[in-house]
Amino acid sequence: FSASVPKPKKEKVSLCFKLADGSEHTAMAKVGDNLLDIIIDNDIDVDGFGACEGTLACSTCHLIFKPDQYDQIQEKPTDEELDMLDLAFGLSDTSRLGCQVIVTKEMDGWEIEVPSGVADARG
Amino acid sequence: MLFILPRLCRQHLRTYVQSNIRQLTTGQPNVCIVGAGPAGFYTAQQILKGNPNAVVDIYEKLPVPFGLVRYGVAPDHPEVKNVINTFTQTASKDRCTFIGNVTIGKDISIADLQKAYSAVVLSYGADNDRLLGVPGENLKNVISARSFVGWYNGLPQDIDLQVNLDTDRAVIIGHGNVALDVARILLMPIDLLKKTDISQHSLDALSKSRIKEVTVIGRRGPLQVAFTIKELREMIRLPDCKPVLSEEDFIGVDKLIQDLPRPRRRLTELMYKTCMEPTEKDLKLWETAKKSWSLSFCMSPLEIFGDKYVTGLKLGINKLQGEDLVKQSAILTDQTVDMSCGLVLRSIGYKSLVIDPDIPFDTKSGTIPNKDSRVEGKTGMYCTGWVSTGPVGVILTTMNQAFETGKTVVKDINDGILDLTKHGRGDIFNILNSKGVQTVSFKDWGNIDQFEVKQGEDVGKPREKMVDISQMVAIKRL
Ligand SMILES: Cc1cc2nc3c(=O)[nH]c(=O)nc-3n(C[C@H](O)[C@H](O)[C@H](O)COP(=O)(O)OP(=O)(O)OC[C@H]3O[C@@H](n4cnc5c(N)ncnc54)[C@H](O)[C@@H]3O)c2cc1C
Ligand code: FES
Repeated sequence: FSASVPKPKKEKVSLCFKLADGSEHTAMAKVGDNLLDIIIDNDIDVDGFGACEGTLACSTCHLIFKPDQYDQIQEKPTDEELDMLDLAFGLSDTSRLGCQVIVTKEMDGWEIEVPSGVADARG
Repeated sequence: MLFILPRLCRQHLRTYVQSNIRQLTTGQPNVCIVGAGPAGFYTAQQILKGNPNAVVDIYEKLPVPFGLVRYGVAPDHPEVKNVINTFTQTASKDRCTFIGNVTIGKDISIADLQKAYSAVVLSYGADNDRLLGVPGENLKNVISARSFVGWYNGLPQDIDLQVNLDTDRAVIIGHGNVALDVARILLMPIDLLKKTDISQHSLDALSKSRIKEVTVIGRRGPLQVAFTIKELREMIRLPDCKPVLSEEDFIGVDKLIQDLPRPRRRLTELMYKTCMEPTEKDLKLWETAKKSWSLSFCMSPLEIFGDKYVTGLKLGINKLQGEDLVKQSAILTDQTVDMSCGLVLRSIGYKSLVIDPDIPFDTKSGTIPNKDSRVEGKTGMYCTGWVSTGPVGVILTTMNQAFETGKTVVKDINDGILDLTKHGRGDIFNILNSKGVQTVSFKDWGNIDQFEVKQGEDVGKPREKMVDISQMVAIKRL
């Protein structure tokens, strides 16, 4: 009977999503999942979120990161992601599309803003 | 004393009955929606969520739901159509009913709907064309992009459109996303199109197309284009096709780019680089291209030439004027240029129609006048989507607006502004029955959907759309 090595469990980190209405939702996120899936799986209710189901054809999964954390996201945005982001309401310099951001260990404890989709009156 | 008692009793009875009726009716606001496109579905979703008793009926002119998601969005953009899954969830709720094959304004009037429903939401889109208003517009092969899109997407009214692709050059007028969609479909390798849900009749025609060159013409300059960067990038990377931009349109543009807001900056930068500083990779990609497309600026069609078929156009050259560079307007000069072509596609915007005289309508802007979706002067009437904003923006824009509309309706229900004694669809169904109108339910659409997917499988496509309305209505009984 040899000492068995414990099966490596998929690591989890804790993420806090701040919604436009001021509410905060903490979710345990599996490393390797994308942030769209985390929000859907945790029933965080944002109208219209993830309309194209992660296929980079909408910008409803828009998230805003704190500047230093934005820089730590491993995968940098592709041209295609930036193209879709350009259509997002309330676009900021630290915006990403949730379906394109993969959870990593470093993200433990991050606070991520989920902006409201309210139309910009200037059109 | 003797007769007071019965009177009191009567009174009690009356208030008792009345309050119960009110409870019954106030418990259930009946809402109807006219048009089953994204605006209609997203409004329904928000109302059903915002009021646990609301019942929502969605009327649609066609036997099938989803509006421009089915009949506008290009066949090579299946990802965009994923929104249909959310619409299907909404339509499958107990309190939501899809009623297809009913044309409001013809089969049922707005007055009928107002009698039956506490709130009427108009979301019937913009399914007509704007015209150029120049001589020669009636020549053969001068076609609206709207009909051309309907033709390749299997919209029943457009399947018999006469399109002659036996020519080498097409001109598209307009610098919006629809113009680029149409250009892409004309130039895309047929092997790629074959795997989409493009309608078979247009696939057959496109596979015989001789078009090698597509010129996309706009009234204004590079800083005013209305298409978005995703569509532009797709055009630049289209296999076997080279983009042609003229250097003189971009001289000095690099100096302006930095000060533009990010979306406009990235879009202009992409055009600029494609024209002035293409990468090695780009050049290699274009080297062997047998087809090309060009973007031409500051031109307005003045006349379309031809005998029976179009053979060319006369274009007026514009100059740009105005302080704000992005909002500059085009002023016609007296210079003109002639261009030959065998197909002209007019892509200068969709337009809404008045479907019923009881709907206030601003013919100039082609929209229903409203304030925060409430139709001016009409309590209980709302509008949303393209019929309220004009044909601008993407599904996301329509979605955000429709959510706001839904919230407004819920607020008006809660604030007691709406008459909640209406009985809902019963009377409407009586009228439809008496007129012999056959409605199509969401379950029936499920059968049509299955049939289409099956037809598609047989030819290696995700779906082959049915194009005959009577067949669609008949298949529901299978
Ligand atoms: C060619 C084209 C391509 C596009 N591609 C994209 C894309 O790739 N991505 C994207 O995000 N957006 C795209 N859009 C934009 C998108 O389609 C619109 O934002 C959206 O469809 C507008 O929604 P709507 O509900 O207002 O109108 P519609 O989608 O037009 O829906 C209106 C519905 O009302 C019905 N109707 C009309 N008259 C009546 C009547 N009298 N009675 C009952 N029903 C009626 C119509 O049949 C239709 O189903 C595209 C638009 C076009 C024209
Ligand atoms: S879900 Fe549509 S782009 Fe992310």
